Amino acid sequence: MSLKRIDLLICCGSGCISAGAIKIKERFHEVLNEKGMTNEINIIETGCMGPCDYGPVMVIYPEGIFYKKVTPEDVEEIVNDHFMKGRPVKRLMLQDDEEQAISAKKDVPFYQKQVKVALENCGYIDPESLDEYIATGGYEALGTVLTTMSPQETIELMKASGLRGRGGGGFPTHIKWQMVHDAKADQKYYICNGDEGDPGAFMDRSLLEGDPHRVLEGMMIGAYAMGASRGFFYIRAEYPLAIQRIKQAIAQAHEAGLMGDNIFGSQFCFDAEVRTGAGAFVCGEETALIHSIEGSRGNPTPKPPYPAISGLWGKPTVVNNVETLGNIPTIYRKGPEWFASMGTATSKGTKVFALTGDIRNTGLVEVPMGISLRELIFDVGGGMVGDHKFKAVQLGGPSGGCLTTEHLDVGVDYETLKEKGAMMGSGGVIVMNDQKCMVNVAKFFMDFCVDESCGKCSPCRIGLKQMYGILERITNGDGREEDIDELIRLGEAVNKLSLCGLGQTAPNPVLSTLRYFRNEYESHIRDKACNTKVCLPLIHFDIDKDKCIGCSLCARKCPVNCITGSRDEKYTIHQLDCIKCGNCQEVCPVKAVGRIPGMHPEMIAKREADKQRLASED
Amino acid sequence: MYKEICSKYEATKDNLIYILHDIQDTHPQHYISDEAVTAISEYLSIPPNHIYGVLTFYTMYSTKPRGKNIIRLCESPPCYIKGSENILRKLKVLLGVDTGETSKDGQFTLELCACLGVCGNAPVMMINDNVYGDLTEEKVVEIIEKVRRGN
Repeated sequence: MSLKRIDLLICCGSGCISAGAIKIKERFHEVLNEKGMTNEINIIETGCMGPCDYGPVMVIYPEGIFYKKVTPEDVEEIVNDHFMKGRPVKRLMLQDDEEQAISAKKDVPFYQKQVKVALENCGYIDPESLDEYIATGGYEALGTVLTTMSPQETIELMKASGLRGRGGGGFPTHIKWQMVHDAKADQKYYICNGDEGDPGAFMDRSLLEGDPHRVLEGMMIGAYAMGASRGFFYIRAEYPLAIQRIKQAIAQAHEAGLMGDNIFGSQFCFDAEVRTGAGAFVCGEETALIHSIEGSRGNPTPKPPYPAISGLWGKPTVVNNVETLGNIPTIYRKGPEWFASMGTATSKGTKVFALTGDIRNTGLVEVPMGISLRELIFDVGGGMVGDHKFKAVQLGGPSGGCLTTEHLDVGVDYETLKEKGAMMGSGGVIVMNDQKCMVNVAKFFMDFCVDESCGKCSPCRIGLKQMYGILERITNGDGREEDIDELIRLGEAVNKLSLCGLGQTAPNPVLSTLRYFRNEYESHIRDKACNTKVCLPLIHFDIDKDKCIGCSLCARKCPVNCITGSRDEKYTIHQLDCIKCGNCQEVCPVKAVGRIPGMHPEMIAKREADKQRLASED
Repeated sequence: MYKEICSKYEATKDNLIYILHDIQDTHPQHYISDEAVTAISEYLSIPPNHIYGVLTFYTMYSTKPRGKNIIRLCESPPCYIKGSENILRKLKVLLGVDTGETSKDGQFTLELCACLGVCGNAPVMMINDNVYGDLTEEKVVEIIEKVRRGN
């Protein structure tokens, strides 16, 4: 390997690839070839660097200069100015509040409050190179564990670190390990749960794509502790790159003798393989996942028996999430005290969050547990996009709940979030601005859960459908006074009676929005008004006669001809025929057409009359 | 053809999901036919009803013929918040299909799917194995054109 003058790290996580990173990489190869500089510059494809919104991003060493939103057209300038003349391209750098360019990655505000443990190498090494992983201390922990520690000592160390499952439940990792360790069986299995389905969460994907050997090493340490000799990576079929990377990592580990028989000269033998899903959210639930690996429908089964006693093919099995495994090698390399020194009393270490929605810096971040929502959203996340105000944040995907401005100073850990009606979940953070209707958002989450319910148990299959029906009624302007109580009653029943975690937590978005945004539900039901102007049946369009110049453009563009008038009389919308397409508002040159919250009184009167007529006909 | 694909895998029930994926990916119309189910049933010695059970449980499998390219637009909340509805409308007009349908030229099938895990670049869609992010209505036109030309 020859030493090169410059290392060019291009983020090739799925986010940046979707924004065109591969084209940029190819362009760099072309330009460097033309200029005969291929032996000076090292082009490295890395995993996700985090700030997806700025994608495609890159970092150039030795200086550590960070470029954002690079296009193929920028490549030549980077090569000419930066690589040849040593003058970094300022216009591709991030700017601070005073519009000064921030050159170094370490000075970018997005990174400053972050502490990377699981994501340590993500965006820093070539995920397809075993050598690079080893160069950053990879497989050192496995070597130490296999050659100097007994399985029980390995579990004790995990206990001291206080690591809890990162997939959502927050179950202490060492307890799962101990249960399988203590179980007597001729075969034990280790499953890595990579069936990341929570909308708004993509840390597992990024970790598998960006640092697959770390996940593999974590699995092997755990497998040694509990005496498992076979492992499975269950990964969604929607993540083809993650599947390819982990398969490659397994093959490389085999070739290097880091996997197989008598690893590091010990008695420990281990082999792992990849299994893929086929599109079923419920397979993230551990019993469902196990059935899916066995080649059946991914229906959950009641616990107990827990998988630790009777799991895959009836054998003791541990199911750990990808991020959990990603933490393990570092815990063994740096020591449990180091890990436990971060976080809160009950939630140790760091947590990876995926920031999405109306937030400026969407992307992947890793912060110490206990960080406040304010820091997470406004410091790391850079606050809201545009001039809109923060309204709510949905934590934990469709199983979690909405929190509001009053919770911004709440520390993020398993217990606190649960107490406030949200949950850690897998770490999806969907931020919403004041333009979002919470009833509509709750309906949307409910729609997701109705679709993904496997249908095995009736509270989830039927209860969620009923809840969805009520929400639809409310957003259509047919809400009834008793609907709120009915939603709460149903939600609590589904929560108590469902078979698995999906059903038990599915009512959370509705219950939490009812808790914190009850007034929005009430205005939808009582006043027939959606104040955020999202639910179409609960708004109307109107023309301000004082502003209207009588140009007739709106009338000509109306697809249902419900606007009439003249230059003198100005124009009027006939409310009963309006389909609320919004064309009139779009074309009006003087912004005389307004979108107004609330069903039009004429419409309310008509619906009332219709109702009475129907009643009398009966 | 089906027997050939089956024989790439050991005849154990846990390979069913793999075999189904392989058959579907290999078929030019990306679906699993009755004949395929019979072939798998014979190979793995499991009843066809179990295979149908699995086949219809997972959303990625299809029992109906589909187009050459499968478009899977994410309909999850982060994409919805960023305007996936407009993208869906555009795709429908562009291809002249409703969701679940195949365009007349047999090139595209339009499907909706749950989160694709690229939420930082919402709205997102996948065409076959490729992910396209930060979608706008203009971008969609461009992408469809490119895929149509086989690029």
